[in-house]
Amino acid sequence: MFNDIIRILSDAELVGYIVEGLLHSIAVTFVAALLGLVLGFTVAIVKIAPNNKWLKPLKIFCDLYTTVFRGTPVALQLFIMVFAVFAIPGFKPYAAILTFGINSGAYVSESIRAGITSVDKGQMEAGRALGLTWMQTMVRIILPQAIKNIIPAIGNEMIALLKETSIIGWVGSTPGSLTFDLNAAAGTIYRTIPNYLASGIIVGLCYLAVVYIMVFVIKYIEKRLRRNER
Amino acid sequence: MNDNIISVRNLHKKFGNLEVLKGVNIDVNRGDVVVVIGPSGCGKSTFLRCLNLLETPTCGEIVLEGEYVFKKGEKGEKADKQTEHEIAKNINLHRQKIGMVFQQFNLFPHLTILKNITLAPVQLKKMSEQEATEKALALLKKVGLEDKANAYPPTLSGGQKQRIAIVRALAMEPDVMLFDEPTSALDPEMVGEVLKVMTELAEDKMTMIVVTHEMGFAKEVGTRIIFMDDGVIKEENSPKEFFKNPKDSRLKEFLSKIL
Ligand SMILES: Nc1ncnc2c1ncn2[C@@H]1O[C@H](COP(=O)(O)OP(=O)(O)O)[C@@H](O)[C@H]1O
Ligand SMILES: [Mg+2]
Repeated sequence: MFNDIIRILSDAELVGYIVEGLLHSIAVTFVAALLGLVLGFTVAIVKIAPNNKWLKPLKIFCDLYTTVFRGTPVALQLFIMVFAVFAIPGFKPYAAILTFGINSGAYVSESIRAGITSVDKGQMEAGRALGLTWMQTMVRIILPQAIKNIIPAIGNEMIALLKETSIIGWVGSTPGSLTFDLNAAAGTIYRTIPNYLASGIIVGLCYLAVVYIMVFVIKYIEKRLRRNER
Repeated sequence: MNDNIISVRNLHKKFGNLEVLKGVNIDVNRGDVVVVIGPSGCGKSTFLRCLNLLETPTCGEIVLEGEYVFKKGEKGEKADKQTEHEIAKNINLHRQKIGMVFQQFNLFPHLTILKNITLAPVQLKKMSEQEATEKALALLKKVGLEDKANAYPPTLSGGQKQRIAIVRALAMEPDVMLFDEPTSALDPEMVGEVLKVMTELAEDKMTMIVVTHEMGFAKEVGTRIIFMDDGVIKEENSPKEFFKNPKDSRLKEFLSKIL
């Protein structure tokens, strides 16, 4: 096994697959995460905003969205998006990224919503009583307090997302395509050196390294927020 | 020039099937210190919160300085289009004219005391940052807390927090101040410092509506006392008459319990 790891690491072509897979995994996660954050934030705000007749349909739509995307397997969503909704030649990797982003947004929205509702109700009332609008109170008073509770949950979600993207190769992937991620690289290496444990360990360590960096960044943000508190 | 600041007509509020306010009528004039007393759960907080629309009344009328803040008929009939429009447009402006002090202070814990006070006037473009800061410091000095300007709320005592909360409301230069049991969450030794600030405010002719159990304050500072029970105003009188000659039987019972 150890020998096979050495063999993989000393083969420039195979190392190239790993590097490419690593970059693609990071890229896919990054774009999906951004999408998820924007989507999740918007959905959370819509859900939490006071009722009015224009928001009502939007609220129902948002509820439907989180229910469906949290209630069905992401692999199923991926297949439907890639092979049915966006069955456009050349669009496969983008449809996949879109799927991960939309899926992640559903979870992120719930984290953000939970963080916002954990802030004492009296804070919104105090803001409104001073004459601030709902949005002004949200931005200046509620969100700065909620963010402390939101960041750890979102951090978890981002880490889960990285690993979730490992199924991107299931819709078919060849080197050179964005769908060729770390997991796909492991599969390709297997064809040259048929020891899945060896390639699995290498790829696994790559995932671990990325997660480690993510944890570091999340911790840093949390610490910064705590420092600003006082 | 009318001296009437707030006029409430037939105000009703239901929470689901629970009718909390069953037709409240009151006129508050400039400089009045209206003290509202009544048993727990009779709707005192709900009444105050309806005045600045933290709760939406079920029906009735609220007029603030001649402008409708709320208007809805018994059967849900709305005001005419024009009035409706004015109400919707002005709700945040109305709130700016009504200061509110809560039992639980509700200071913003992530902001310094100074920011707590200046946030609203600056954000709402009522004052420049500098004007607001000057105003805040002057008010802080008045309540004896100028040294706390850069402190954060969690480091203050309850009495200090409530004095800051009063200052925060005053910084918006409201025309009327609502107090919902401002001393009920305080340790006994801190009640006095908050009542003192409120008394000074009354001496400065601020119009106030105060829900409280502090009968000393009611007697000495109040200009009118109101007894609320069962969702309506059961009795209203000058402090002297109110305590000497209570007429309503429930009020007599209530006073005998608390005095
Ligand atoms: N948001 C709410 N939803 C349902 N019931 C409420 C709500 N707020 C107050 N109530 C009820 O209304 C009644 C009056 O409450 P409140 O105005 O707080 O009384 P008070 O301030 O006089 O003690 C109580 O029975 C209370 O349970
Ligand atoms: Mg109350």
